[in-house]
Amino acid sequence: MNDDWKFHLREHKGAYAAAAMFVVIFALYILNHQAGWTAPVITTAANKGVLLAIVAMAQTLPVLTAGIDLSVGMVFVLANCVASHLVVGTPLQAAFGVVAVLAVGALCGWINGAIIVYGRLQPIITTLATGTVYYGISLGLRPVPGGDVHAGLADALTGSLPGGIPAMGVVLVGVVLLVWVPYRRSVSGRAALAIGSSEAAAYMSGVNIGRTKLIAYTLAGLLAAIGGLLLTFVTYSGEASSTIGGVYTLNSIAAVVIGGTSLAGGAGTAIGSVFGALVLRTIGDLLFVFDLEPLWQPLFQGFILLAAVSLGSLQLLKVSNRLDLFK
Amino acid sequence: MEPILELIDISKRYGGVRALERARFACAPGRIHALLGENGAGKSTLIKIMSGVVQPDEGRIVLEGRERRFAHPQDAVSAGIACIFQELSLMPDLSVADNICITNPPRKYGLIDRKEQRRIAEAALARAGAEDIHPLAPVGSLSLSRRQMVEIAKALSRNPKILILDEATSALTAADVQRVYTLLKRLRDEGMAIVYISHRMNEIAELADDCSVFRNGQHVATFAAGTQSDAQTVEMMIGRDIEHAFPPKPPVQSGLDAKAPALEARGLSWQGRLHDIDLTARPGEIVGLGGLDGQGQREFFLALFGVLRGVGGELKLEGRPVQLHSPKQAKRDDIGIALVPEDRKTDGLMLPMSVLDNLSFAALDRLSRAGIVASGAELRAAQDMVKRLSIKAPDLSVPVGTLSGGNQQKVVIAKWLMNAPRIILLNDPTRGIDVGTKQEIYALLRRLAEDGAAVLLYSTDYAELIGCCDRVAVFFDGRIVRWLAGDELTERALVASALNLTTTEAAAA
Amino acid sequence: MTALALRLKRSGHIPVLAAAGCTVVLLLVGSMYSQNFLSADYLLLQLQIASFLGIIATGAMLVILLGGIDLSVPWLVTVGGVMSAAAAGWWGATGEAVAIPFGIACGALLGAVNGFGVAYLRVPSMIFTLGINAVAQGLIVVQTGGFAPQDRSTPAMHLIATGRSLLGIPNALLVWAVVGGATLFLLHRTTLGRSIYAVGNRERAAYLSGVDTRRVVLMCFVIAGACSAAAGVLLTGYSTKAYQAMGDAYLLPAIAAVVLGGTNILGGRGSYLGTVVGVILITLLQSILSVMQIPEMGRQIIYGIVIITMLLVYGRGRRHSD
Repeated sequence: MNDDWKFHLREHKGAYAAAAMFVVIFALYILNHQAGWTAPVITTAANKGVLLAIVAMAQTLPVLTAGIDLSVGMVFVLANCVASHLVVGTPLQAAFGVVAVLAVGALCGWINGAIIVYGRLQPIITTLATGTVYYGISLGLRPVPGGDVHAGLADALTGSLPGGIPAMGVVLVGVVLLVWVPYRRSVSGRAALAIGSSEAAAYMSGVNIGRTKLIAYTLAGLLAAIGGLLLTFVTYSGEASSTIGGVYTLNSIAAVVIGGTSLAGGAGTAIGSVFGALVLRTIGDLLFVFDLEPLWQPLFQGFILLAAVSLGSLQLLKVSNRLDLFK
Repeated sequence: MEPILELIDISKRYGGVRALERARFACAPGRIHALLGENGAGKSTLIKIMSGVVQPDEGRIVLEGRERRFAHPQDAVSAGIACIFQELSLMPDLSVADNICITNPPRKYGLIDRKEQRRIAEAALARAGAEDIHPLAPVGSLSLSRRQMVEIAKALSRNPKILILDEATSALTAADVQRVYTLLKRLRDEGMAIVYISHRMNEIAELADDCSVFRNGQHVATFAAGTQSDAQTVEMMIGRDIEHAFPPKPPVQSGLDAKAPALEARGLSWQGRLHDIDLTARPGEIVGLGGLDGQGQREFFLALFGVLRGVGGELKLEGRPVQLHSPKQAKRDDIGIALVPEDRKTDGLMLPMSVLDNLSFAALDRLSRAGIVASGAELRAAQDMVKRLSIKAPDLSVPVGTLSGGNQQKVVIAKWLMNAPRIILLNDPTRGIDVGTKQEIYALLRRLAEDGAAVLLYSTDYAELIGCCDRVAVFFDGRIVRWLAGDELTERALVASALNLTTTEAAAA
Repeated sequence: MTALALRLKRSGHIPVLAAAGCTVVLLLVGSMYSQNFLSADYLLLQLQIASFLGIIATGAMLVILLGGIDLSVPWLVTVGGVMSAAAAGWWGATGEAVAIPFGIACGALLGAVNGFGVAYLRVPSMIFTLGINAVAQGLIVVQTGGFAPQDRSTPAMHLIATGRSLLGIPNALLVWAVVGGATLFLLHRTTLGRSIYAVGNRERAAYLSGVDTRRVVLMCFVIAGACSAAAGVLLTGYSTKAYQAMGDAYLLPAIAAVVLGGTNILGGRGSYLGTVVGVILITLLQSILSVMQIPEMGRQIIYGIVIITMLLVYGRGRRHSD
């Protein structure tokens, strides 16, 4: 029984490292911010960070199966555009709108999964192509930025609760507890890790590969849609921007890696990806707070991203059996 | 005895290759039934059909009197058939308990009940005789032998009526092998039907109640164990008579010491896995590495091939001291070392690439000028090798993955022979290979030695070490504990040294 | 059977033929919308435009053959364009002369960093090239914002990108032909080419066969970086101006072209001829969509659906039970 926590630690050390990184960087940010530890500062940070965190969670699921979803950013944008049309009006109408947005996201994810499972196409190229389709649909819905969103809901979720706790933070925790944790402990969640670890062995062991992948990609679409919905609450509008979609997709991949999940699948947790996303977001803010010239910020961010993802490789340099370098 | 499982007139084709042709098989409860045959005889395909991994083109499967179809491995498992494959069906990143209960785990409120799952895993491990394995350990962190035990525990956890083992003991340490034998006999006595594939005749002799021989995808004969001699059995398997398994060894030559050793390792150490290894190999010798699995033999070969970093001690080749940094350097003409790795599918070959590409790959520098490959020379060299080693392949352009295991191994060896190496390291080269090809390889090794190479052979098969090698260095815990040669080289001595007992202790044991 | 025949037999020509078939279909569809779609002039123009994508796809293919992916294409293209134009502005006459090689060299240098990260630090290519893409963007932002260099192309660049010298064949096409020919030779006749396929199939076995696999990976990324930058130089010549984000539109088409040409995205298999056909296919597809004057929304959707459909026709994987 004593050894159990050792195994748990070894399994999740990436996520713990990402969490530690976030705490340090966020502390630096708060200490150097003019206003410091106040509700507005934390709420603004949360409103931006949670969006990426949820998209990073979305990306984690396909990655665990040794796949990838290059369309998460576009589903995110699509959900934003749909929400700007439907999450309006009376509370009942807005509620239906929310359900519709989530359904659209899940459908997009399901389509990805279906092509990958039944079409037997590789995830990279599938999601690259479906991403353009989802972007096209977004363009159709919002050729120019516009629309609206239920003000009450938006204010509530982008504000702060008594005690300075950002509402978005609560939403994030809610999504983790209601979506990720049950999934991880379900048969399907574990099957996803099994497939990523060794698809051949999983097949031989009787794991239902098709259904597991379908569920993983569908959930990814759903989570991306949650992110898009929340974006609408932050911006109060819908915009079909391929730049935003692209940035969120690529940053979600970086967040997953920084959070300790291997792109080769089989090991990792969405909670690590959440911290990875928060790290990425906070670094950007940190550079701003340190009064770094805006001109140099993209370069610094690029370097830090590169360094963060290369960190894991440092231990490989000490390897004494060179064969371990090759899978 | 009424058979519990019958396969009737099963046929299966892969493209143009006929894996099984109207094959028949039946096994009864409470009996261990051995499946014998060369590679390509159809045994693995038969097993895959029995366990639902592959569908037959024709034929019927009758289980407990009812005709069945297994569309998916899970169908066979639910029907009570559990299979332990040569390629493990374990997921390395998941824990032992997760692996054992991967399908149909115990559930609570729709989610996996981890406590109950752990209990089931511990029970299964205990039943398999592997209580020392921690259920939360990731399977990838276990040694190959331990992983195989987990595989066995996993199969047992499903309470099968029929247990199938495909070369299940080839990766096990001697101690684990004994545990498995005891386990299998006990399961048989409890009424389980056991189907067993192995290429080790001594295993068959120890375990089997019934034997079935397959050749070329067809059923040849079924008989009770012990009613046919080994020679008769092998003849049924390969369809021809074989005289001696091993080529004759040259007598110990007195002038041998005068020749400069091809390889001399002094005080070789690495990372706590190799301690102070002193080993000399002369041209014309076959030196064996013996001992239990995992005592440093593999690491020693990797050190000699330049794969390991931080190797202490001294290495001299033909009297010259060298420091090896990479396989690229080790294979150079002035050094001349070749390593035939133990896992041909992941380390020795690029399976989807053609036979030609694989054959020429290690010798491309020789077959090219200024980086441009000389195709004519490449083709000639490859055809040469195919003839020399009798590699059976329809064409040089087919993917090497379509060849049988024995022929694949020949391609790996041929690939290295293209460089005319002076020191040849072979890491368990005949594992999982049929009898006929094994003999060809033994004869080849002796020929290579006679032509002046120093051959180092690591094998887990005692008969092979005794039959092929001039001297054997027995490894224990990263050290060489004993050298055996001539009359001393016996199975008893090998076993005793492997366990690090002196002969008197062994005699008392 | 000669060695060459043996090799061709195994190069997997079915996807190439299928892609060629789709190209013919596209030509027919296009001709239904516009009379001069099949005219020599228009087709040559298509090939000229395809050359830019073709050069990028060449580098992309090499990396994909290794089993990796190069996501730094967008900003390495920009680096090539911006740095070559800048050189002309910085160094006067000599600058104009060395503009093109300088731009390409910058791309090759960043490609080398990619290669180092992937081969020696063993960071997955997807994420490392992503990082380099961000760094390249940062560098260009600093460069253009801080130093305001010249962004106009040199006459030489313009000539190569838009001119036609030999028999009316666009110069850009000639450049692609040279690059393509060299790549074809590299892949089929050299030891490096053989090693690329081997590493893509199984790096471990290639290493144990005595090949310096890390150097092979590094070289491929250098070539890919140079290709991206070269395309950037040409694009700058074509539009006479270098601008940020000029490479964004090329990443997806490059990968799609390589995959549609039959190269396995997981590496180890693929023929360069297939990539050539894939590039032409993608270029024609984009042209048809603009000839049909479909709004941007429709174009994006049709683009994605067509790629998926074509792959479903001939790019599917195997079943587990096979």
